[in-house]
Amino acid sequence: MTFAVSFQKVSRHFGAVRAVDGVDLDIRPGEFFAMLGPSGSGKTTCLRLIAGFERPTAGHIEIFGARAEAIPPYRRNVNTVFQDYALFPHLNVVDNVAYGLMIKGVPKAARRREAGAALEMVKMPGYGDRRPGQLSGGQRQRVALARALVNRPRVLLLDEPLGALDLKLRENMQEELKTLQKSLGITFVFVTHDQGEALSMADRVAVFNDGRLMQLGTPQEIYGSPNSRFVADFVGSSNVLPPVLVERCAGQRRWASLRPEAVKIGAPGRLSATVVSRAYLGGATRLGLDVEGQRINALVPAGEALPAEGETVRLGFADEDLHLMEPG
Amino acid sequence: MRSDTSPPGLRIAAAAGLAFLHLPILLIFVYAFTTEDKSYQWPPPGLTLDWLAVTWNRPDVWAALSLSLEVAAVSTAIALVLGTLCAASVSGSRFFGRETISLLVILPIALPGIITGIALRSAFSLAEIPFSQWTIILGHATFCVVVVYNNAIARFRRVSGSLLEASYDLGADGLQTFRHVILPNIGTALVAGGMLAFALSFDEVIVTTFTAGQQQTLPIWMLEELVRPRQRPVTNVVAMVVVLVTLLPILAAYYLTRDGDQVAGSGK
Repeated sequence: MTFAVSFQKVSRHFGAVRAVDGVDLDIRPGEFFAMLGPSGSGKTTCLRLIAGFERPTAGHIEIFGARAEAIPPYRRNVNTVFQDYALFPHLNVVDNVAYGLMIKGVPKAARRREAGAALEMVKMPGYGDRRPGQLSGGQRQRVALARALVNRPRVLLLDEPLGALDLKLRENMQEELKTLQKSLGITFVFVTHDQGEALSMADRVAVFNDGRLMQLGTPQEIYGSPNSRFVADFVGSSNVLPPVLVERCAGQRRWASLRPEAVKIGAPGRLSATVVSRAYLGGATRLGLDVEGQRINALVPAGEALPAEGETVRLGFADEDLHLMEPG
Repeated sequence: MRSDTSPPGLRIAAAAGLAFLHLPILLIFVYAFTTEDKSYQWPPPGLTLDWLAVTWNRPDVWAALSLSLEVAAVSTAIALVLGTLCAASVSGSRFFGRETISLLVILPIALPGIITGIALRSAFSLAEIPFSQWTIILGHATFCVVVVYNNAIARFRRVSGSLLEASYDLGADGLQTFRHVILPNIGTALVAGGMLAFALSFDEVIVTTFTAGQQQTLPIWMLEELVRPRQRPVTNVVAMVVVLVTLLPILAAYYLTRDGDQVAGSGK
């Protein structure tokens, strides 16, 4: 199988800073791939390595089977939607979108037509004569998307494209991006620090920390079976149990993760806990529990009996729900 | 808050200040038409247009004017190339000594012209370079570069790095990016900087006296004329023409930079 993008032991160091450190990963053609991590984790540097703005200090990058390290950004069939959109302020919207075609030498009439079609695709028809300065953040983002897609890239890179949008707009855009990606069949590589966004949109997620790839998998795998404390902490509201408690429940001295919805109150409880807080979420209630100084969240579906605050309860969980991680 | 009426005292003071600034220039215009050619006598005993014709027929005026234009044009051209390149590298990357280079480029305009002049003169004689129009051009280029650099770097700072990356990303190489992204964004700043550089060079006296041999640029010629009066109003005619001719590009530069403020910052 030829991968859309393949990293082989790729490192990018800036002096003593290891922005990307020995990363191996393969992105499949046509998949929606998310790179997730806190700021400074190396995810954006990975994106810039694919775009060609950075060169690896060590290792190899292949784009559709071709060695990419020596290929300058302007010869890669890869386009980017920048975090600040980077629309050209001296050009109007249609000339911004047609920029790539203009550089390729497409005649004016043809490139205007294609740019118009691209603007229609991102639901911005009729905005061609405006200047970027006259558009809202969400509109600029759509123009930036059209400007990248009009070149029919094989890989589209998106650098935190939704970060600057407000919540409602962001949710709309998430859905639209997903639909667009499905209908075009282009490989999308999406950088974000928002785990909800990564989990809801991506086919597969790569979690980064300190320049290293921590875990690569489907959203279900990442969320349900985090392989390390960092991933469990960062990706979700999963409870992380310290080795002392895990040893008592499962007999192994390891860290473990336990999703809040897997925690059962009452039943054949394995641990004893005090209810510290109660938050009504609509479909469920989130209980904050104190287990020997360790905070554990539990999600109780609506309709089940709820203990009062301060009450001592027994809590339990099925063996398969306790996900063992690194030894402690 | 803006009041329509200001105190009369303030108005008179403002009018007096403006008059003090601009009446002497009008005086130059008046003396260009006087019939008295030995001294500046007020009021002029009579008015005549003869000096226009006299000036037209004086070869030394034409020689000085063409030398000044040539020097200004060539040193501005040198300044545009060097100033733009320098601004691009200083704004586009971070490297050791970047601030120092920036300071060194700006220094010639902060130094008194006489220092620049003496330094260049001794350097030229040390290198045994004969004085010519080229030594004048080099002297002028030292401060013209500064003007272009200052104008260009302010605009370069506003062309964010991601604009250049976006251009590369969309398939443009360095040259195409310069033509389609950088130049449209810094163009007006370059025109304004170039015009200022031209105007600075055109009326420069101090550096010129140190770097010229027998050549006379227009300002030097004027000084000589004042010392050795011969058909005095000719100087005034030349001065008047220079004022009228330079006013237009200065106004143009003003309007260009004013509009340019909105060019590069609006995308963010």
